[in-house]
Amino acid sequence: MSIVTVQLGQCGNQIGHEVFNAICSDIHGTHGLCSKKENESYRDACKERFFCEEESEVPIARAVLVDMEPKVISQTLSMAARSGYWKYDDRSRFCQKQGSGNNWANGYSVHGPRHKEVIMNLVQKEAEKCDRLGGFFTIMSMAGGTGSGLGAFVTQCLRDAFPTSFILNHVIWPYSTGEVIVQNYNSVLTLSHLYQSSDALLVHENDVIHKICAQLMNIKQMSFRDVNQVIAHQLGSVFQPTYTAEGGLHYSRNPLGDLMETLVPHPEFKMLGLRNIPQMPENSLAYSTFSWPGLIKHLRQMLIANAKMEEGIDWQVQPPRLGSSLPSSHSTNRPLHFNTSIANLVILRGKDTHSVDLGSFRDPSLYTSWLNPRDAFNAWKTPRAFNKYEKSAALVSNSQFLLKPLDNVVGKAWNMFASKAYIHQYTKFGIEEEDFLDSFTALEQVISSYTIL
Amino acid sequence: NGIYDEALSSFFRNVDTRGGGDGPGIYKGKICSLKARALLIDMEEGVVNEILQGPLRDVFDSKQLITDVSGSGNNWAVGHKLYGYQYRENIVEKLRKTAEHCDCLQCFFIIHSMGGGTGSGLGTFVLNVLEDEFPEVYRFVTSVYPSGEDDVITSPYNSVLAMKELNEHADCVLPIENESLFDIVNKIHQMISSGKLGSTVKQNSLVTSSAGGARTVQEKPFDAMNNIVANLLLNLTSSARFEGSLNMDLNEISMNLVPFPRLHYLVSSLTPLYTLADVNVPSRRLDQMFSDAFSRDHQLIQADPKHSLYLACALLVRGNVQVSDLRRNIERLKPSLHFVSWNQEGWKTGLCSVPPVGHSHSLLALANNTCVKPTFTELKDRFMKLYKKKAHLHHYLHIDGMEQSCFSEAISSLSDLIEEYNELDATKGGPRTDPSRLQIAA
Repeated sequence: MSIVTVQLGQCGNQIGHEVFNAICSDIHGTHGLCSKKENESYRDACKERFFCEEESEVPIARAVLVDMEPKVISQTLSMAARSGYWKYDDRSRFCQKQGSGNNWANGYSVHGPRHKEVIMNLVQKEAEKCDRLGGFFTIMSMAGGTGSGLGAFVTQCLRDAFPTSFILNHVIWPYSTGEVIVQNYNSVLTLSHLYQSSDALLVHENDVIHKICAQLMNIKQMSFRDVNQVIAHQLGSVFQPTYTAEGGLHYSRNPLGDLMETLVPHPEFKMLGLRNIPQMPENSLAYSTFSWPGLIKHLRQMLIANAKMEEGIDWQVQPPRLGSSLPSSHSTNRPLHFNTSIANLVILRGKDTHSVDLGSFRDPSLYTSWLNPRDAFNAWKTPRAFNKYEKSAALVSNSQFLLKPLDNVVGKAWNMFASKAYIHQYTKFGIEEEDFLDSFTALEQVISSYTIL
Repeated sequence: NGIYDEALSSFFRNVDTRGGGDGPGIYKGKICSLKARALLIDMEEGVVNEILQGPLRDVFDSKQLITDVSGSGNNWAVGHKLYGYQYRENIVEKLRKTAEHCDCLQCFFIIHSMGGGTGSGLGTFVLNVLEDEFPEVYRFVTSVYPSGEDDVITSPYNSVLAMKELNEHADCVLPIENESLFDIVNKIHQMISSGKLGSTVKQNSLVTSSAGGARTVQEKPFDAMNNIVANLLLNLTSSARFEGSLNMDLNEISMNLVPFPRLHYLVSSLTPLYTLADVNVPSRRLDQMFSDAFSRDHQLIQADPKHSLYLACALLVRGNVQVSDLRRNIERLKPSLHFVSWNQEGWKTGLCSVPPVGHSHSLLALANNTCVKPTFTELKDRFMKLYKKKAHLHHYLHIDGMEQSCFSEAISSLSDLIEEYNELDATKGGPRTDPSRLQIAA
């Protein structure tokens, strides 16, 4: 099954490009560390998923590029073509000249309806190119105007046009000390709207990735390109082919569906966080060895203690003892910093994955009580190493990972809303105070739900 | 030999003049003849004529001029009411023509002074026309405010009358004061002549020079000062013209820096003022650039943003500067700045890859800050000094369409604006405690 990627706005297009780059470079690499047959299987599965091979020389990414100003898309298209390994379909792009001015209302209420037909036609064309459509993956930032506003509108249109397809929104959480002054408004409006049409939101926080680049990757003068490459690596580690069942004979053909099934049992809980281990500069890889027990131990503690990366993990945080049974709505027996999960997915790639002991992730004390721990936790594996890492593990978690960031964003937006600052910029394009209130209410509900886990 | 590209197309048309006269537009490919997307308006001919005889004569389309002979006599009413009425149709027609040549018109820049008659009066008339005829296009106004020692006696009247128009019809105003420009020019001269530390300054990197552009044999007295403003506009539009990892368009500036419609006055600063000829620029120098942007003597009006209240701040960086440099400096400078309570982290940032000519990097800071208030209160005081004595009032009132109420409404508008800034300074923008959040029934 194939995934159609919709790249929205400057952020969406810049990241999308790095994602396809990372995927392509992975399948062309010679560090698969597995049999030739395995490697070919992996490559074929990956190509079917992300690329279309028409009569052209290089694979064409299954993607639609959308932006309200032309510069970023032109750059993205030309950089891809220059790689020589893959490219975009030149016709799968839509741009305008004006930009959205960081205004969610402009993206959602003006650009959206105005360009709906053209954009959806492009999506339809890409969908038709797939033998079997596995769903949509949209990439956008919450802070600006196009990715956020137009992105929310397009997601709604995708839901209307493809009611039975899976939609996964990849959302970039901006730096908390501001890239855009109205980013908290844009974020609140985006999240509340996406929640209605999307199946799940997979979140990357700029602050977190920035720290990873600075501390783990040792990058001194960090550019957005560096940040985007780390994000792309993390996404690749989730979406490259895997076996979803023990002893499976084929690479899974329905990655988005599988993801939703394992991680989103209830529509009130759609916020997914992503962690990846190990993460280090390429030139250090040769000198490092990893053991699965070590990696798993770290990953589990990252989950429990809500650590953003493998350095600075708080090892004091432990799950509560299961003996003391208070109903889970009273979280008083849970240590304050403990991160409660609804469901977790661990993805293992590389050497000896078949023998890894994941029992620690099945510990019922990690989870809420609704799901049988056997259902709350899943593992996908492949012996094929990813992107030169001999062993790597990714964790996609539906847990309280994003509770604090969400609460922060809503808090700041509410504070600004109370003073009515900038509201005139939104009402100018048709988003009224009541719309803001609806969004706030929806998100307070989500916060409340995740808090009482 | 040059190629006509998107960057050039933002400010110029490319016209095929080989057949003589104004030929069809050429949209891509080599530059044939560049024509500025501009309208030049003056009620006397001296300045415009000089431009048309100078090295830029081919750039300005002779059909895009509106001139008269006698000038406006430093009288806002003459500019606004008399000439406005007389030239309205002509102005609209020429504006339509120039707008038609644009694929996508995003913004008008109005460049004028506040103290005289034409720039102030007719200029604000044009502002009104733009709002009527092109309501969806942003109106950015660069206004030169008169100083206390201005030799035009009626400049307070003209400025206050113009302020009302700016309050009501401009999207964003960048006030400029000659005093500040003058100080910056002096600072640069001192730097060059002192030959400090034996380092030499790269000539074409001066913020006062029209680097890489047409050079006149003799520089006129205001040229250095005007070039600073020119560089301001270049930096402001750089992200719209060139690529970068975090683009910042003009409509984003308006969106992020104007929290309430009337509070749209932005204090600007440009750094660095010059580049030393040393090749290596350690990051300490980079950080110095950020610090300078907030210092009093880099602002283009007499104001000190560091000691007043910020409503919002934008940083547009050009050149070899990355997001980590930006973040590091914001973290470093934040503690010494005062932000309004509902916008504690109110930063808007942009990264453009292409630096200005002669520099490896540069920074434009735009602040919506209560430090503009003194400029306005002083203006009001000077106005009241004249108005109380009814000095020179008759020159205005005898113009058709001018009444006493024009004056009282104008000063009232200015007073209201000053009061809004006072309110912000007093309350720091918000209640003592954070407003309580919505409660959800569990």
